[in-house]
Amino acid sequence: MNDQRPVVIIIFIFTIGLILLIKLFSIQVVDDSFMKRAERNAVQRVVDHPYRGLIYDRNGKLLVYNNPIFDLMLVPQEFEVGDTTRFLELFDISKEALIEAYNAAKKYSWVKPSPLIKQISTTDFARIQDYLIDYPGLFVMTRSVRSYPQPVASHALGYIGEINARQLELDSANYYSQGDYVGLSGMERYYEKQLRGKKGVKYKMVNVRGVDKGPFKDGEYDTASVAGINLTSTIDMELQRYGEQLMAGKTGSVVAIEPKTGEILSMISAPFYDPNQLTGADFGKTYTALNKMETKPLFNRPIMAKYPPGSIFKIVQSLIGLQEGILTPETTFACNRSLVACHNHPSPVNLFGAIRNSCNPYYHQAFRKMINREVSSNTYKDTEIGLNDWREKVMKFGLGTSLGIDISGELGGDVPSSKLYDKFYGEGRWKYSTIYSLSIGQGELQVTPLQMANLAAIFANKGYYYSPHLIKAINGDQTQIPEKYRIKNEVGVDAHHFDMVQDAMAEALYGTANRAIIQDIVIAGKTGTAQNPHGEDHSVFVAFAPKDDPKIAIAVYVENAGWGGRAAASTASLMIEKYLRGMITRPALEEYVLAGDFKD
Amino acid sequence: MRDSDLHINRVDWVVVTIYFALVIFGWFNIYAAVYDSQAPQSMFDMSINSGKQLVRIGAAVVLIILIMVADYRFFENLSLYIFIAFMCLLLITPIFGKVVNGQRAWFEIGPIQIQPGEFAKFATALALAKIMERPTFDLTKRNHQLTAFGVLLLPVVFILLQPDTGTAMVYFAMLLMFYREGFPQKYYLLGFGFIALTLLSLGIENNLYLAIGIGVMVLFLILLGKRSWQKVLAFSLIGLGLIAYSYSIDYVVSKLPEHQQNRIMVLFNPNLDPLGVGWNVTQSKIAIGSGGLFGKGYLEGTQTKFDFVPEQHTDFIFCTLGEEFGWTGSLVVISLFVTLLVRLVLMAERQKNRFSRVYGYCVVSILLFHFMINIAMTVGLFPVVGIPLPFFSYGGSSLWSFTILLFVFIKLDSSRALQLGRFN
Repeated sequence: MNDQRPVVIIIFIFTIGLILLIKLFSIQVVDDSFMKRAERNAVQRVVDHPYRGLIYDRNGKLLVYNNPIFDLMLVPQEFEVGDTTRFLELFDISKEALIEAYNAAKKYSWVKPSPLIKQISTTDFARIQDYLIDYPGLFVMTRSVRSYPQPVASHALGYIGEINARQLELDSANYYSQGDYVGLSGMERYYEKQLRGKKGVKYKMVNVRGVDKGPFKDGEYDTASVAGINLTSTIDMELQRYGEQLMAGKTGSVVAIEPKTGEILSMISAPFYDPNQLTGADFGKTYTALNKMETKPLFNRPIMAKYPPGSIFKIVQSLIGLQEGILTPETTFACNRSLVACHNHPSPVNLFGAIRNSCNPYYHQAFRKMINREVSSNTYKDTEIGLNDWREKVMKFGLGTSLGIDISGELGGDVPSSKLYDKFYGEGRWKYSTIYSLSIGQGELQVTPLQMANLAAIFANKGYYYSPHLIKAINGDQTQIPEKYRIKNEVGVDAHHFDMVQDAMAEALYGTANRAIIQDIVIAGKTGTAQNPHGEDHSVFVAFAPKDDPKIAIAVYVENAGWGGRAAASTASLMIEKYLRGMITRPALEEYVLAGDFKD
Repeated sequence: MRDSDLHINRVDWVVVTIYFALVIFGWFNIYAAVYDSQAPQSMFDMSINSGKQLVRIGAAVVLIILIMVADYRFFENLSLYIFIAFMCLLLITPIFGKVVNGQRAWFEIGPIQIQPGEFAKFATALALAKIMERPTFDLTKRNHQLTAFGVLLLPVVFILLQPDTGTAMVYFAMLLMFYREGFPQKYYLLGFGFIALTLLSLGIENNLYLAIGIGVMVLFLILLGKRSWQKVLAFSLIGLGLIAYSYSIDYVVSKLPEHQQNRIMVLFNPNLDPLGVGWNVTQSKIAIGSGGLFGKGYLEGTQTKFDFVPEQHTDFIFCTLGEEFGWTGSLVVISLFVTLLVRLVLMAERQKNRFSRVYGYCVVSILLFHFMINIAMTVGLFPVVGIPLPFFSYGGSSLWSFTILLFVFIKLDSSRALQLGRFN
């Protein structure tokens, strides 16, 4: 009766085995979702952030480096304070601050870490490191922030900060992720690709509590990060520091260029800020505060401020006149003050005298000859053609268009064309008498301090320039700098025309800018005054030195400091001496500039 | 010792080989479950589970030798005393035992922890074999049925006092042995019917569909064949009873302790709260499922050794195997178990007396139940119950109790030539 029962039992056993094998086959072989879930469980992808490239000055002095900072992080879920008094003492934090930070962390997330103490110094970190093990839920996160050995050149170097939503969207290569730091201004931004290096990825295994259990598959899928490339800037840190010292408390710009290369030796925008302020955790707060300040320390004047060039433009006028054959060194005009105001000087003057004395009526008359060349019998048409031809020649001096410096935000200034006047007055309704202010660098002309310094370089080079730039070498290699900085730009004026101009500039110092004269260093310079309808005029001075072998070309703007011969010329002269001699022989002049009232 | 007691050439070496294969494979998996690639320790290190388990395996070998050299009549003659002794032990366990995971199921004797509930299976198997040994014992007779169930339910009641539901459930595996010994088939059909109805009732969201299904079936049966008012009444009452039963299931489940309720609900909805009550099953399935066809390789698993699966060296040891050896490893182990069980059935059938046969079927019943439920639980086919995988799982009590259980039968089998045929 029971004979078939063992068979039933055996069949039952086989059936059980089969059911289990089928179920196992379905989850192990057919359904691959478990593999992914297992990986999500135990494998964590950790981005290895590369070391950002350093920036050195032209003499190899460090301008920007990375500084590790330590943030003490707190995970509320795991946190146990134990002996409170000991804790407060050890971490040097008040009870109130601890409670506040704990509550803030809890509010943010129960399981994710929040900062408890930000930016712990290396020494403090060394002190607390050993005790951390006693406090579950506390750990130290190491970050790296930019740091500056000397708090100089903040505008040129720029700053880095967390990437914003728009930049993330524009990042078509998907290199960046939320929370990454990128260069937001200055060289940090322009050379972001070189400085940032290459991110690496590490896959590590974690257990159920998130504890690191070593590399996944012995690091087979890991990629190492590649450190960013170091840059060498054209900035001379010592000169930059000295310039900032001189400009402290003032408003204005100093741009010094090495004429033969277009390398910017220093670029100062006053007022300035300490670049160390815009690093680390308080970036947002500090940035907002700086941005709100009335003196606008974030505004990069050398490339963003526009002023009429004033008298300095007369040199450009002279050179164009000479090249076009409209002027010769012997061309004389009377100082006819019924045309335009002038100051006391002998009259009539030749070209040399006109430059030396900065004679306004001379240029009024010379400019008319350049504009009205009777190419058209219609005087309006004639003016229009003349203006546009002239504009073309002026623009060759790097005016009216941005020079392409390697930081963002550069403005191009304005050299007006006939279109502008057509818009103002209507077509055929303006003539030379409408635009004559241009002859002496006033009116609708606008240039930036950088363009002015570049003009000085052109005068020094006798007719060419290299686009001013801040990069000297990438990874120590000078040939790797952008191509555009190695192209020689000719201004279209023959070199021999510059000889007389240079002589006149050297001569001009005597009388207009006596303070700028340095024993044994021949400076060729020109004062200017940028008219300021809102208050005292801006003091302007451009120069290069030494005259026979120019090593430095400089433009100085000091706002609301009156006549160019005082504030700007003195500052420029000190900068030149500092650069060429490495020291200052005229402490009285230094005192005068540092004091900064420039009343006499 | 008399030479005639040890019949090495009569020992069933197939079963012994499978036993050792499972024990050693299990040991390797226990090592894998605790292996830390950053601080690898020797498999023999006494501070980790694999080292401890090796000692237990050694002790198990000693037990095997003792069993094999003993007189085969010893077990039969002393079976009732052994049973009584273990029942006493079970009775005092809830009073003097050590509390582990809220259960008082353990005894501590020096460094060794013993779970009497595990050994009581062996004692119960002996007792059942003893009482059913008589040729007149007939499982179709009511009073004999009551005797058999009495012996079976005694340890169950004691174990439920601990309370250890999982271990208590194992005793019902003896129903398989009862089946072989002639317990009427209708009860099994009825039992399966109720299990099916229970599962349907739990699995189907709305019991109304089930009620309609039962109604349609009853109607069909009434219309089929001869119609009489008695038949209509009887079938209608049965139908109504079934419907009432299906509705009562949900109520009964809601009265269970919460952790048991959750285990049942997770079975029908694996995605229910995967981080909470579904955690064990979810992680266990992830571990096994991520093994693929050939596994990640020995010691290369991540889920078990990084503690994603709880109890990965004891009740969930199959996860380590599934993860590191894949479906191939599962196939090997399941095949070993199936072969072992079928072999034991065949061995039981070749016994010359009923004592040995009943005991043999008890061994089959217990091993099959453990094997089936343990693996079914790790793959989410059965609610999580804390019962180990025989020979595989970490732990002394389970290894030793299964070893004793199995080798007493091997001993009986090897001595069968000496036994008198006592079948009716």
